[in-house]
Amino acid sequence: MKNEMPVTVPIKKVIDEANGIKSVILPYRLNAKPGQFAMIWLPGVDLKPVGVSYQDESSFGITVSAVGAWSKKICEMKAGELLGVMGPYGKAFKLEGKNIVLIGGGYGAASLMMLAERALKEETNATMIIGARSSDCLIYRERVKQLGLKTIFTTDDGSFGEKGFTTDVLQKILKEEKADKVFAVGPELMEKRVAEICLENNVPCEISIERYMKCGFGVCGACSVDDEGKRVCVEGTVFSGEEALKIREFGKYHRDGSALKKEFGGKK
Amino acid sequence: MADIGVNLCGLKLANPTVLASGIVGISKASVSYAVKNGAGGVILTYEGGMLNSVGYPNPGIDNIAEEFSNLKSVGAPVIGSITGKNAEEFAMLAGKINKMDFAAIEIVMSCPHTPGYGTMAGQSTPEITEEITKAVRAKVTKPLFVKLSPNVMAISEIAKAAEKGGADAITAVNTLGPGMVIDIKSRKPVLGGKIGGLSGDALRPVAVRCVYDIYKSVKIPIIGTGGVLTGEHAVEMIMAGATAVGIGTGVYNRGISVFRKVTREITAFMKENNYSTLEEMRGKAHEE
Ligand SMILES: Cc1cc2nc3c(=O)[nH]c(=O)nc-3n(C[C@H](O)[C@H](O)[C@H](O)COP(=O)(O)OP(=O)(O)OC[C@H]3O[C@@H](n4cnc5c(N)ncnc54)[C@H](O)[C@@H]3O)c2cc1C
Ligand SMILES: Cc1cc2nc3c(=O)[nH]c(=O)nc-3n(C[C@H](O)[C@H](O)[C@H](O)COP(=O)(O)O)c2cc1C
Ligand code: FES
Repeated sequence: MKNEMPVTVPIKKVIDEANGIKSVILPYRLNAKPGQFAMIWLPGVDLKPVGVSYQDESSFGITVSAVGAWSKKICEMKAGELLGVMGPYGKAFKLEGKNIVLIGGGYGAASLMMLAERALKEETNATMIIGARSSDCLIYRERVKQLGLKTIFTTDDGSFGEKGFTTDVLQKILKEEKADKVFAVGPELMEKRVAEICLENNVPCEISIERYMKCGFGVCGACSVDDEGKRVCVEGTVFSGEEALKIREFGKYHRDGSALKKEFGGKK
Repeated sequence: MADIGVNLCGLKLANPTVLASGIVGISKASVSYAVKNGAGGVILTYEGGMLNSVGYPNPGIDNIAEEFSNLKSVGAPVIGSITGKNAEEFAMLAGKINKMDFAAIEIVMSCPHTPGYGTMAGQSTPEITEEITKAVRAKVTKPLFVKLSPNVMAISEIAKAAEKGGADAITAVNTLGPGMVIDIKSRKPVLGGKIGGLSGDALRPVAVRCVYDIYKSVKIPIIGTGGVLTGEHAVEMIMAGATAVGIGTGVYNRGISVFRKVTREITAFMKENNYSTLEEMRGKAHEE
């Protein structure tokens, strides 16, 4: 096959975002559009998809939550160490309307930051909702302040911001103000709730679906979703809320690296 | 209007393009998507985890029963592909998937990069090929395809052995290699075990020669696979002797609609060159 080869570059900077979540900035001109992802190769360990959370002319960044072999190692890395980059891949978000709401659960806000920055530049009125279990897991608290991005934080335990779920805040916003479009990235059950709320309120939305990926560019089928068989890495990862609700397994189950079905619990 | 339908061991393909094993084929949904994009047939590879769960009372078995029931809804023949360590394992797995809804079964004795399997387990000798094919044949009532590796000196001998063992068709070929790429900055092989062999453009001349050699040595049909990216490449395979063509890497090079594109290009070639059936082109490279 035509070789899609990772380009290895030394880490430029590591940012401590929250408890167990770090960002890594790489000196590589990725040219990703908001919502696209990169495949990141950790030499000798693994290749995994990650959303692009920072980007400028000469570099880009990813924000990783330490959960398994690959992500824990990434979170232990220091400036100067090497990572391989492939991409960008996947569809991008479509910025539309004067008033938009962005919802990031867990590390989900990572994939929304480029869109938020674009919205600020284009003078779209953007409201960000970032949610996590508790205050120590909330990302980008300083970053949104510096950007001047209107942000509502939520925590499950009420230790910071509003107590409750991001979707509670979304419902309140949709009741009180006009929103032209909603964008969401986070645990799939949250995404499903967002899609349903938007459908009920007749507001278009786009969400980014995460699936186990091997190749990232459409050949292996690891990310194909039932029943239609769309490949999340090519036909997604961004889907409209309506498209997402048509995917039978959305919010119900996903497949692991051996194609076995795994049901969604409370978390991804 | 050119007739491009194919009868492959009783399987009716609307066109000669077949989704090759291991490419986007992990579930009924994923192969259906290839059919929706024009594939005349699809090969669905049993993934390791599914394989291991066959016959065990865990959620896997329900998965499989549901996954591979009612394959008619896919809209084209679905061929189930398996691989094993030795004749016993092949026969055990074949017996199990023979009961499922597949139109045919493919056995892969040619996986180039998994220790204990394929060429690394010495499966590419005529003796072992015949032994495994026989063992599987005894368990399988459906058409049996044997997939061969290009990494051998005399592929025609191996194809003959498969035919003798009871194969109904030959899939030729698997990837060439294994290859390796080393990232010279991190000094590490890229992607560990994930980087398989060579496929696509690099493989095509080898694959065409293999199909040409096999066509001379056996009577059973061949699914010519390796570097088929365009209709011209498909015609080349057919002229070498292929009955149908497998497409893998083409999905990457030209997108999932590669099947529809290749079919359209075959039809255009036939029209331009006054062929009305695939039969008229098949094996034509062998004529004096
Ligand atoms: C399009 C896309 C974008 C992604 N973007 C990001 C991103 O911006 N940041 C990021 O950190 N990851 C992101 N991921 C997930 C990432 O690719 C890896 O799956 C993740 O880092 C876990 O890999 P691992 O090898 O470390 O852990 P694994 O070995 O895969 O998992 C280890 C354990 O953690 C559990 N686990 C896996 N994922 C999660 C999770 N998200 N939360 C809780 N438990 C989990 C598993 O069930 C398992 O028990 C993205 C995935 C996709 C498909
Ligand atoms: C990503 C990828 C995965 C593959 N997986 C398998 C597999 O699981 N089993 C198999 O028999 N062949 C597998 N193959 C080989 C293909 O089925 C095919 O024989 C080979 O790639 C040559 O065809 P192509 O040039 O059209 O890709 C794989 C090939 C690729 C590129
Ligand atoms: S990850 Fe391989 S097809 Fe999507």
